[in-house]
Amino acid sequence: MTEPLLKIQGLCKRFGGVVATDDITLDIPEGELHAVIGPNGAGKTTLVSQLAGELTPDAGRILLGGTDVTSMPVWRRSLLGTARSFQITSLFPEFTARDNVALAAQAHAGHSFHFWKDARRETALRDTAHAALSRVGMGDRADVRVSRLSHGEHRQIEIAMALATRPRLLLLDEPMAGLGSSEAAGMLALLRALKRQYTIVLIEHDMEAVFALADRISVLVYGRVIATGAPEAIRANTQVREAYLGENSVAGAGDA
Amino acid sequence: MRFPFTARNLLIAAVIALLVLLPVYTALSGNAFFLTLFTRILILALAATSLNLIMGYGGMVSFGHAVYLGIGGYGIGILAFEGISSGFLQWPLAILVSALFALVIGALSLRTRGVYFIMITLALAQMVYYAGVSLSRYGADDGLTINRRSQFSGLIDLSNRTVFYYLCLALLLGTVYLVWRLINSRFGLVIRGAKSNERRMRSIGFPTYRYRLVCFVVAGAICGLAGALLANFTNFISPAMMHWTRSGDLIVMVVLGGMGSVFGPTVGAVALLVLEETLPFLIGKLGFPLFGESAARAAEYWQIVLGPMLLAIALFARGGIVGLLTRTGRD
Repeated sequence: MTEPLLKIQGLCKRFGGVVATDDITLDIPEGELHAVIGPNGAGKTTLVSQLAGELTPDAGRILLGGTDVTSMPVWRRSLLGTARSFQITSLFPEFTARDNVALAAQAHAGHSFHFWKDARRETALRDTAHAALSRVGMGDRADVRVSRLSHGEHRQIEIAMALATRPRLLLLDEPMAGLGSSEAAGMLALLRALKRQYTIVLIEHDMEAVFALADRISVLVYGRVIATGAPEAIRANTQVREAYLGENSVAGAGDA
Repeated sequence: MRFPFTARNLLIAAVIALLVLLPVYTALSGNAFFLTLFTRILILALAATSLNLIMGYGGMVSFGHAVYLGIGGYGIGILAFEGISSGFLQWPLAILVSALFALVIGALSLRTRGVYFIMITLALAQMVYYAGVSLSRYGADDGLTINRRSQFSGLIDLSNRTVFYYLCLALLLGTVYLVWRLINSRFGLVIRGAKSNERRMRSIGFPTYRYRLVCFVVAGAICGLAGALLANFTNFISPAMMHWTRSGDLIVMVVLGGMGSVFGPTVGAVALLVLEETLPFLIGKLGFPLFGESAARAAEYWQIVLGPMLLAIALFARGGIVGLLTRTGRD
C-alpha cells in the first residue's frame, strides 16, 4: 500500500476551554476527494487552518508526502504543495484577476528579488495565470479589476489562485458559500473536473454537493471525528444521523 | 508606456518643467532665493519619495524616517570633521550606514503591525536622535558646521549653486524612475501584495517578512543619500535633522502629494514647502487692508491656515493632490 499524501496524527487544538480539534487522526491517499462536514462550530475551519499552517496544533503531527510539516510556516507549506482557498474571499482587490493569479504563480517560480524587469511582462507567469483562470471559466474576465468582479467570480479566482501554485493538496474551505444556484452548479462542475487531478480536502455545507463529489466523508462534531467513510456508509450511520444529519437532508442527498 | 494628456500628467509635466527651468530664472533675475528654496525642496522630495516606497506601496507607516536623513548627514559631517572630504568615500559610506540602521530598525519593527509599527519606528528613531545629542565630539545638541563640501576630484563642484541644484534634481528624477521600475517588478508586486493582503501572500507561498525588510532597507538607503545632500547643502549637521517632527513633515509631504503615486511625494514636497514660505507672506499682504497691523501678527500663525488644508486633503482626497487629478477607477 502506498503512503497516503496527507497523514494527520492525533491532532489537538484548544482555544482556552474550547477544544476545537480533539485528537483527529486521518489518512488521505493521493487523488482522494475527502469532504469534512459538521455543524457550525465543529472546528472545520480550525482543522483546515492547521493543515495550511496558519494555526499551530497543540499536539499531534501533520505529514505531507512523508514530510513532517507540523511546525512549518504557511508559505513553506505552500511551496511544498499545499494550497488553500478561503471561506471568506481573500484576494488583492486593487489588482486585476490576472495579476492576482500571476502573483500566485510568481511565488512558485523562483525568488522574487527581481527589482527591474516588469513582472507583468513575464509571459510564463501571465500564461500560467491565464491557464488557471480559463480552467475556472474566468478566461475572458482576466483583465478586470478584482474589486469590480462579483462574489461568484471571486470564488472562482480563489480556486484559480490555488491552482496556479501547482498544488498536490487542495484545501477548499466552503468554495460554494454564498453562490446562487447557477453559480453553484458551475462550481460543482469545476470541482468534479478537479477531482482525481488533485488530492482535495473539501469543507462544504451544501450536502448535495458533498454526497455527489466525495470519495470519503469525515463528520466533525465538537472537534472530534465521529465517523469517516464512503458517502453511503455515512448516510447510513445512525450516530451521524443523530448528531448532525436530519432525516430530511439525508433523503435530499439521496435524491441528488 | 503612453502618457495621455490627463490633468495629472499635465501637473507632473508642469512641475518637472518648473524644476528644470528654475536655474534659468535665477540666472536672469540674479535672485538666488528660489534656487535655494527649491534645492531644499528637491532634497526633501527625495526623502519623501523613499518614504513613499515603504508607506505608499508597502503599507509600512514609518514615523521615524527622518532618522536616515540624520544618519546620512552625520556620515558626511563626521567624515568631513575627521578630515576625509572625498565624496567618493563619504557618500557610499553615508548610504551604507543608513542602510545598516534601516536593517536593524526594520528587523525589529517589521515584526509588529499597525500602531505598534508606527510607535516602534518612532521610538527607535528617537533613540538615534538622542544618541546624536550625546555626541559631544561632534557638537552634541548644537550640531557641527561642515567647512568643506564633499569633493569629487573636480568632476562635480558642489559649491556651485546651479551644479548642486541640478545634481539634486538628477538624483530625484533618477530615484523616481527607480521606484517606478521597482514597484512594477516582481519585488514590487510582492511588496504591494503584502500591503493589500499579507495573509493571502503567505498562503500562496511568499515569505513576506524578508521582502518587506529589503524594501525598508532600500528606502533607508535612499533617504541616507538625501541626508548626504542635505548636509552638503546646509554645510551643517545637527540632531534636529532627525527629530520626529521632521519625520512627520515627510509623512505630510507623501500624504499631501499622493501616496502610492511615484511623483506624489515630489508634488507634496513642492506644495508643502512653498506653502510654508508663502502663507505668512500672503496672510500679511491680503489681511493688511482688512485688519491692518493685526494681519502682520496673524501671519506668524500661518499654520492655522495650513492645518485645515492638510485636514481637507486627508479627509476628502485620499490620493492627495495627484490623486485628485486622477479620475477614479483608472490606474
